[in-house]
Amino acid sequence: MIYLDNAATSWPKPPCVANAMTTYLQQAAANPGRSAHHMALDSARYIYEAREAISELFKAPDPLSVIFTPNGTTALNTALFGLLRPKMHVITSSMEHNSMMRPLRELENRSVALTVINCDQGFLDPFRIQAAIRQNTRLIAITHASNVTGAIFPIAEIGKIARKHGILLLVDAAQTAGTIPIDLEQDGIDLLAFTGHKSLYGPMGTGGLVFGERVDLHDVNPLIHGGTGSASEYEEQPEFLPDKFESGTPNGVGLAGMAASIRWLQEIGIDTIHKKKQALTTQLFHGLQQIPGVNIQPVPAAAAHTGVLSFTLDNMDPATAGTRLDEEYDILCRIGLHCSPASHRTMGTFPQGTIRFGIGYFNTAEEIDQAIAAISDLAKAGS
Amino acid sequence: MSHYVLLVQSTSHALKAEKLLRQHLIIPKLIPVPRHLSSDCGVCLRISAAEKDPIIEILKNAKMEIKSEHPFPATNRSNR
Repeated sequence: MIYLDNAATSWPKPPCVANAMTTYLQQAAANPGRSAHHMALDSARYIYEAREAISELFKAPDPLSVIFTPNGTTALNTALFGLLRPKMHVITSSMEHNSMMRPLRELENRSVALTVINCDQGFLDPFRIQAAIRQNTRLIAITHASNVTGAIFPIAEIGKIARKHGILLLVDAAQTAGTIPIDLEQDGIDLLAFTGHKSLYGPMGTGGLVFGERVDLHDVNPLIHGGTGSASEYEEQPEFLPDKFESGTPNGVGLAGMAASIRWLQEIGIDTIHKKKQALTTQLFHGLQQIPGVNIQPVPAAAAHTGVLSFTLDNMDPATAGTRLDEEYDILCRIGLHCSPASHRTMGTFPQGTIRFGIGYFNTAEEIDQAIAAISDLAKAGS
Repeated sequence: MSHYVLLVQSTSHALKAEKLLRQHLIIPKLIPVPRHLSSDCGVCLRISAAEKDPIIEILKNAKMEIKSEHPFPATNRSNR
């Protein structure tokens, strides 16, 4: 089997992930932060380790400025619904995943003003963001990289624009956390939403939101209210991090796995992983480029790319190609719209979508050769 | 040996303090918040009275808020 669906969920995971999760379940799976016996504390320590790992990875101001959510989508919803009120203005791009676009469209229905910056051929021009800023612009909410084309957006430049105008910057790092270095301060990011199960190589059910120092917590309403194990004498939600945004029992076992995967990532080095993925992506690109009848979506220079390639075949719709890749070649990928109709409209591939190969650290050059050969076969079919 | 307890905002804060103090080779004990001090269901830090001042110094330098400090076990003096 050749797994090329890493942009959806990375697989396989490094062995330390399952080991940490097994150890947690066998030895420490009491309720963290509620009971105060030693096993509950051990459980809470696993979660604190995860907080520290994320905080180090993204250069967050404090481990306690990291809040955990079940996934990146919940993190984005927490930031968007928490911050935006009627008559405020928010700027986004035409390359957003629905995890960003749907909450923004819902907020638009609730009288929040929304500007969607068009990205020619999938590239984001920061000057267009600057030009869209109004007096009531509260937030720039933008993906760090397209989940369809793999293009990485110039987030530090956007961060500078946001700071210059006193606007907050929310970044969707679903495709970039663990892929390229992210530095909250240097990149000018105020709110960073991440997921654990993609390029952080952790399990599903993990993700979160990192708060920068410029965010006034009193301005952000929690999405979920409830028990936190703290300030229990009050019937109102506590105002401090992380508890304000972490009601309910957390995913201890998942976070134990994610903490282990981040340590693994740091040992190998994000740069090493990125270089390997870049080499495989370049190999795939050159291979596909030589096949008549294959149309690859525009790709930026390898340095500004996450390791995701989207393409179509002249002779076959993406759904048929995906089924044949799975059944005849044992190649697993993702076809269709990739939860991002806006991106496919931008790229001119709506509504049929594309075939998407998402490369991961555990892929090999041989696998890429086999994938190229399979596409070459399919591109010839019926012609 | 006499002890003090330091109350902080949440279990996460207690764990942050624990980690910080361990870096200074001080091992606090995390215990449930004594019922007479707070009805909170969280944990607090039990420390030796002799180490109280340097510990508070370390936590304050790290901008960690200490909600309150109390002799432990409770004496009449502490029991407000």
